[in-house]
Amino acid sequence: MSRFRAIDWAWLGLIAMTLVLLALRDSATWLIKYPDEWVVPITPWLNVFMDWCVDNFGPFFRAFSAALDVPMSAVRDLLNWLPWSVTLALLTYVSYVVSGWRLALFTFLAILYMVVIGYWSESMNSLALVAISVPLAVAIGFGLGTLSFYSKRAERIIGPTMDLLQTVPAFAYLLPILLLFGFGPVVGLIASVLYAFPPTVRNTMLGLSRVPAEVIEAGLMAGATPRQLFWRVRTPTALRQILLGVNQTTMAAFSMVIIASIIGGTADIGWEVLSTMRKAQFGESLLAGIVIALMAMVMDRITAAAAIAEPGEPKINQGFVARHRFLILFTAVGLGVALLSQFLSFLVDYPEVWQIYPAQILNDGVNYLVVEHAATINLIKSWAFFFVMLPVKMGFEQTITPYSWGFEFSGALKLLYAIAAVGLTLWAAFRRGLSRAILIAFCATLLFFGLTRLPWPALLAMATLLSWQLGGTRLALGTLAGLGFLVLAGVWPQTLLSIYLCGLAVLLSFVIGVALGVLASEFDGVSAFLRPINDTLQTMPLFVILIPFVMIFKIGEFTALLAIMAYAIVPAIRYAEHGLRSVSDTVIEAATAIGCTRWQMLWRVKLPLALPVMMLGLNQTIMYGIAMLVIAALVGTNGLGQRVYIGLGDGDFGVGMVAGIGMAIIAIIADRLTQAWSRKRQTELGIDVEQ
Amino acid sequence: MNAVSEETKLSCRHVWKVYAGDATPYFKSEVDGANAAELSARMREDGAIPAAVDVSFDVHVGEIFVIMGLSGSGKSTMVRCLSRLVEPTHGEILLDGEDLLKKSDRELIDIRRHNMGMVFQNFGLMPHLSVFDNIAFPLSLQGVPMAEQVERVRRVIELVGLEGRETSYPTELSGGQQQRVGIARSLAVEPELWFLDEPFSALDPLIRRQMQDEFLRIQKTLQKSIVFITHDFLEALKIADRMMIMRDGMVVQVGSPAELIVNPADDYVAEFTEDVPLVRVLKATDVLDPEQAPTAEMPQRDCQCSVEELLSLLSTHREGIAAMRDGSPIGVVTAASVITALAHAERGDEEEAAMLEEVSN
Repeated sequence: MSRFRAIDWAWLGLIAMTLVLLALRDSATWLIKYPDEWVVPITPWLNVFMDWCVDNFGPFFRAFSAALDVPMSAVRDLLNWLPWSVTLALLTYVSYVVSGWRLALFTFLAILYMVVIGYWSESMNSLALVAISVPLAVAIGFGLGTLSFYSKRAERIIGPTMDLLQTVPAFAYLLPILLLFGFGPVVGLIASVLYAFPPTVRNTMLGLSRVPAEVIEAGLMAGATPRQLFWRVRTPTALRQILLGVNQTTMAAFSMVIIASIIGGTADIGWEVLSTMRKAQFGESLLAGIVIALMAMVMDRITAAAAIAEPGEPKINQGFVARHRFLILFTAVGLGVALLSQFLSFLVDYPEVWQIYPAQILNDGVNYLVVEHAATINLIKSWAFFFVMLPVKMGFEQTITPYSWGFEFSGALKLLYAIAAVGLTLWAAFRRGLSRAILIAFCATLLFFGLTRLPWPALLAMATLLSWQLGGTRLALGTLAGLGFLVLAGVWPQTLLSIYLCGLAVLLSFVIGVALGVLASEFDGVSAFLRPINDTLQTMPLFVILIPFVMIFKIGEFTALLAIMAYAIVPAIRYAEHGLRSVSDTVIEAATAIGCTRWQMLWRVKLPLALPVMMLGLNQTIMYGIAMLVIAALVGTNGLGQRVYIGLGDGDFGVGMVAGIGMAIIAIIADRLTQAWSRKRQTELGIDVEQ
Repeated sequence: MNAVSEETKLSCRHVWKVYAGDATPYFKSEVDGANAAELSARMREDGAIPAAVDVSFDVHVGEIFVIMGLSGSGKSTMVRCLSRLVEPTHGEILLDGEDLLKKSDRELIDIRRHNMGMVFQNFGLMPHLSVFDNIAFPLSLQGVPMAEQVERVRRVIELVGLEGRETSYPTELSGGQQQRVGIARSLAVEPELWFLDEPFSALDPLIRRQMQDEFLRIQKTLQKSIVFITHDFLEALKIADRMMIMRDGMVVQVGSPAELIVNPADDYVAEFTEDVPLVRVLKATDVLDPEQAPTAEMPQRDCQCSVEELLSLLSTHREGIAAMRDGSPIGVVTAASVITALAHAERGDEEEAAMLEEVSN
């Protein structure tokens, strides 16, 4: 048995305190449910503030919005006016130039799908938003990135602001923008610019700071003026990194454009998915969802290929034609197809009779599947619900009933459970060390009473203690302040619901993801199989991931859980595989020489060494989970995500904002905790993991 | 080996580079050579880093001046002070008699565009530009017309032997070829002053030797004034007309390679010279007997010839070899004169060791 440390005593004390508080819960209900009278009226204050903003600055913002509307409408009209065949040809040509015929073929088929399925104008409306928002976001991002590269003071302001912009859930942005800028597609545009510019800032800074000192010195020695040094030495050398930022910005912009369609009135492809989903027309929704997925993939591939493309044939004293070959051919292709379409009218307006719209078939198919396998589906659902989700949420105390588990959770059984829990804890304390015993005691308590029914003072204290243990006083104070805000603002129950759903999804996806990652690191075949799936899931706008799950399991918490897992599992797999594969070769050789079996190598050498990287994976899994949590609120969850929707639906700034900030708080605390843990392990192992 | 004139191209006077929050207080009172070491020690105690301590030297027109030192000796800082890539804290740097440190930014850009070229250890090539565009880069910054750029780039490409690689990108080239691009780029503006910062250190030993030979060949035709940085003592010996050894930012010794070997200023220099094959470094001019008059039968050799090259000739011509400078004899190399010179160099070490022993006792 290990020696007791102060921190262990503190944990034991906390668990004991929790049990005492639970014993008192009937006489002091405020311990479980924070009383309404104690809630600080943050929500109304926020609303007063927002009203004041709208009253005072409203006209200014509306004018700005009107000004933005001009170029946006112009692009939208242009894209709608161009014959589909011209757009198709031009995008295919661009794909061919940046990457080659494979991508060209993919782009051609993807765009053809949009035409054939009959979602052309919706797709173009979405594309128009992206086409305006990406250049804006890139320009802002490049400017701010350059500014913070040159000025430490600017960096200190821009850095945290970007962190906040990216952790606040996308939906929460829409609300203040909606109130300030008024109803309309401009809201989506502005939200998407705000959401999408940070990656360009980061990559611009990174790229500029990575330009080798000697390249800059060479530029100076060549006699570059400061302006020449920036535009002809620094920027081109950093260009590849900046373009990677542009790729991320494009994806973020597109995903926000899709999310923003929840406001409606834009007649774009996101709205198509959403409105059909609300009407339970899943076939239609899936067909439109595929359009989004294809658009995302085409944009991703084109911008990524442009970022890594080798510089073309160098130009030495070439003529006008050779230097502008791309532009000339681009124009020629466009004009050629446009001319052709003058004679073949179907190249302008795709005839409706040629459309293939298998929504009904899909619906029938799904219906058939759901009806035919109703028993199986219900079994899966209810099993997961009664045996996994409810115990975590409400505890065995509430969950075990004759209806759900088939027997009564009698006094004797409760006593048995308590004895077993205490026994297991004591065994662990003597055999496995105190930290594990504490973990077991905590889990036993949690499962008996349920996360949402634990007293808030105890949870607050535990989170603070954990933060202190992992990251010191500052982190502990931050955690206490953040969670304290949620309690005071009166959204603690919703917070717990969010933590429960997201936590469960993260836990499950991390366990499954790591298992898959281990397989992928041991077997190249598994790795090759998983990679394209991961790539696809990661480029997919979050919306689309919901569709298949809703089709089969209908709306509800279980569907939300699956959707969150589908998205959050990606980083778990990736980081686990990466961590295991990047264990140093010398260590592997040494272990082989000692005579490790494959199994020992995995368990006793690779896994412990890969742990810090996996921790970063856990960090990302949590971030992905939280991002998806808000979207999942669309299919029926209770929690902060739902509150964001309520705020958005009612135009209630305070409600939406408190919930949005609440999710950001959870995300930031989870982020700092896992980072601190990973750092701690890294120092202990003496390794340095690049993030 | 080169026609070195006595005219001074670049002159470095009491140059200091101190990395500290504010180093000006150190230079309020007049600094002279005598208390430089003391001042430098005081700076270190204060937590400041003196990277160049009271460095003074001259570079003559057409001369290869090598600054040699181990890492952290301040040699790279020094060459960057000369081009003002690093701003010296104190001192004067005279280029053609004008103080470089007093030039405005605009003037400095102009000087760099026309009078200086620099080659870097890791080449410093622009990854997004082709070989041609890299070499033409300084010209295009100046706005030289395209036709002239093409002509001048063609000339330097021929000089460094890169014909046919104009359209390659740096990543497609080997290290040696990349450095050829670096050399060509630094020569494209036809500078009079050429800085080379460890140009061959990143290359494989075989390539390094080949590049050194080519560098000497290029210099023979161009006759630039050169400051060459290296940490490799043998490379310094091979290339230098004169060299300077630095340690902890301070100048340890300045002189020709032979002077350094024959009369090392201290133990530190002596340690470098210890394993140097003397016959390869010493030249006819270092070992000849000026008293003796050459006879007509004696074979004639240039006085810059290494002793190694003379040895086999000496074995067949016991009477001696006439050492020539600019066509006229300046003395005779005999077996005896060679032995005397070599013995002197060896004894130099021993004498010093004996003296040190005495002091320590």
